[in-house]
Amino acid sequence: MMILNMLPSVLMIVAPILITAIGGMVSEKSGVVNIALEGLMMIGAMSAAAAHVLVEASGMNHTLSLVLAMVIGTGIGGLFSLLHAVAAINLNADQTISGTGINLLASGVTIFASQILFNADRTKEFRMGMQTDALGFYPTAYIALIVVLLSWFVLYKLPFGMHLRACGEHPGAAESVGINVKRIRYIAVLASGMLAGLAGGCVVLTQTIQYTSNTINGRGFIALAAVSFGRWRPAGVAGAALLFGTAQAFAIIANNIPALRVLPTEVFNILPYVVTLIALVLFSGKNYAPAAAGKPYEKGAS
Amino acid sequence: MKKKDAWIQSDGAVSVLVVLLGFLVGTILVALVGKNPLNMYKAILQALSGYNIDNGKMNVRYIGETLNYSVPFILCGLSMGFANRVGLFNIGGEGQYIMGMTVAQIIALLGPQIPVLHWLLALLGAMLIGAIWGGVVGILKAKYEVSEVVSTIMLNYVALYLSRIICLQLPGATTYRTATYPETALITNAFFQKITKNSLLNNGIFFMILAVMAFWFIMEKTSLGYGMRATGFNKEAARASGIPVVRSISISMAISGIFAGLAGGIIALGSFKYGRVIAGMDNYGFDGIAVALVGNSTALGTTLAGMLFGLLKNAQALMQAKQIPKEITFIIQGLIVIFIALRSALRIYKEYLDKRRLQREVGL
Repeated sequence: MMILNMLPSVLMIVAPILITAIGGMVSEKSGVVNIALEGLMMIGAMSAAAAHVLVEASGMNHTLSLVLAMVIGTGIGGLFSLLHAVAAINLNADQTISGTGINLLASGVTIFASQILFNADRTKEFRMGMQTDALGFYPTAYIALIVVLLSWFVLYKLPFGMHLRACGEHPGAAESVGINVKRIRYIAVLASGMLAGLAGGCVVLTQTIQYTSNTINGRGFIALAAVSFGRWRPAGVAGAALLFGTAQAFAIIANNIPALRVLPTEVFNILPYVVTLIALVLFSGKNYAPAAAGKPYEKGAS
Repeated sequence: MKKKDAWIQSDGAVSVLVVLLGFLVGTILVALVGKNPLNMYKAILQALSGYNIDNGKMNVRYIGETLNYSVPFILCGLSMGFANRVGLFNIGGEGQYIMGMTVAQIIALLGPQIPVLHWLLALLGAMLIGAIWGGVVGILKAKYEVSEVVSTIMLNYVALYLSRIICLQLPGATTYRTATYPETALITNAFFQKITKNSLLNNGIFFMILAVMAFWFIMEKTSLGYGMRATGFNKEAARASGIPVVRSISISMAISGIFAGLAGGIIALGSFKYGRVIAGMDNYGFDGIAVALVGNSTALGTTLAGMLFGLLKNAQALMQAKQIPKEITFIIQGLIVIFIALRSALRIYKEYLDKRRLQREVGL
C-alpha cells in the first residue's frame, strides 16, 4: 500500500529521466553519442520556466500557458541539439568534445538568460505549475509512457526505424542501399534534443517553482546511464529509468519511512551510478551498444 | 614559398584562434543584450593586472587571486590532458577532485597536528585517492572494455554523494560545513599574503608548478610516457611493438587522477579554513576538460589555458559589479570547447585546399 501511495511521486521523478533517456537512445541508435543530454535538459527547463512565467503573467489560460511552455522548451532544446548535429554529422567532430561543450555552454546560457530576463541568477517563480489528475499523477507520466511506446513503434515497426538502426550499426551498408545516413542522423539528434528539452520542462513544471542552476542536477547523466544500463532497447531503458528514478525518489522520501531513516539519503542518490557501473562490468563480455555509435561517418570512407 | 594554410598545421595557432572566436561571439552576445562589452574587458584587465581603468587605482590582490584561481584549473587540465595523450577522455576529473578534497578534509581534521607534516599528509592523501579513483577507470577500461566516458561520469556522482556521507560524519559537521581546521593543516603563505594584500594565494602554487614539470618530464622524457603516447596514437601498433597497453592505460588514468586529486586537496586546505559538505560540484574538473583541449594536452599549453580560465573566474565578480552577467565567462568557455570540436572542419577545409592545389597543378 505504501508503495502504491508513493507511485505518483516516483513517476513524477521517473518521467523526465525516461523521456530524456529515450531521446539519448534514439540518437545512439543512429550512431551519434549525445552526452549533452544534461545541458539540453537545462536549456529546456529554463526556456519552459521562463515562458510559463511570462505567459502566465500576461493573463493567458493556465493550461494553455503550460502547453506553450512545454512546446517552447521542446523547440529550444531541439535548436541547441542542432549544434551537436552539425559538429558530429557534417564536420566529423569528436562527439564527446562537442557534447561537453554544449553542457558547459548550457550552464552559462541558462543563467545568463535569467539575468537578462529577470535580473537574477534564476527565473522568477511561476504562480502555478502542473496539477495532478484524479489518480494523483502528473501529465508528465502519460507523456513519458507515450514517448516510450512511440519510440518502440517507430524503431521496430516502421521502415524508418530499421533504417535508423542500420545507420548506427553499419552506416556504410545503409548508405549503399540508398539510405541517407546524414539525414537520418540529423533527425535522431534533433529528436534527442527535443525530448531532453521537453523533459527539462517536465522537471521544472512539476518538481519546482522556478529554474535555478541546480534544477537539473545530474538528471541528464542519469538518463545517459539508463541508456547503457537498459542496453539500448526501449523496454530496457524504461526499466532502467524506472529503477533509477525510484532510487532518486527514495532519496527524497526516505525521511518519511522509519525503516529507511537509518541509511543516509545519499545512499539512494548513489544507487543508479553504482548499479550502472556494476552492470557495465558484468555485461562487458558482450557489447550491446550500436556498433557505429560515436564514430563519424564519411561517405566513401571504409 | 610559405604555404598559405600553414597555420592550420599548428595546434597552438588553432587554439589561439579558437579562444579569440569564443571571445568574439561572447562579445557580440553581450552587445546584443544591450550591455557594454567594454565593461567586460575592463573587468578582465583589472583581474589580470590589478589596475582599475575607471579610477586609476591599483590593487595587487587581484593578481594574487587570478594566480590562485588558476591552480585548480591547471591541475585539472593536466589531469584531462594526461589521459588525453593516451587516447582517453577523462570526464572524471570532477570526481577525482572531489575525492581529493574529501580526503584532505578528513586528514586536516583528524590527522596529527605536526607542522608541515600535517598538511603534507593531507595533500598526499588527496593525491593517493585521486590515483585510486582514476586508476579504477583505467582498469575497467583496460580489462573490461568499459567506456571511460560513461564510467567517469558515474564515478563523479558516486564521489559527490560519498563525499557528503563521509563529511557529514566529520567533527562539527552541519549541513554545509565541518569544524575549523587546526592551524597546522593550512597551506597559507604569509609572504604571499603580504605582497598580494591578503589574497588567498598559497603554497598550493608550488605543487602546481611541480605538477606541470612532472607532467612534461613523464610525458616527454620517460619510456613510460613514450609508451603512453604510442598507445594514444595507435593502440594496436603499440601493442604489436611490445608496449604493455593495459598497463599504460591503467597507469595513465591513475596519474591523471593524481593531478585532479591534488587540485581538490589544495582547494580544501588553501581556499577554506574548514571542511565543506558539498551539495553540488565545484566544476573545476569539468572545466579542466576545456583547459586541456585549449592547451592541446601539453604542459605549457595547459598552463597558459589554465591561467586564462583562472583570469576569467577572477573577473566574474568584477563583471557582475559592472552589470555584465558573470555567466558570460561560462558561455565563452563553452563556445571555446564547441569551436574546438569544430576544428575538424579545418581538416576538411585543408583537404579541399589540397584538392584544389592538385587540380591546378595538373592543369584542370
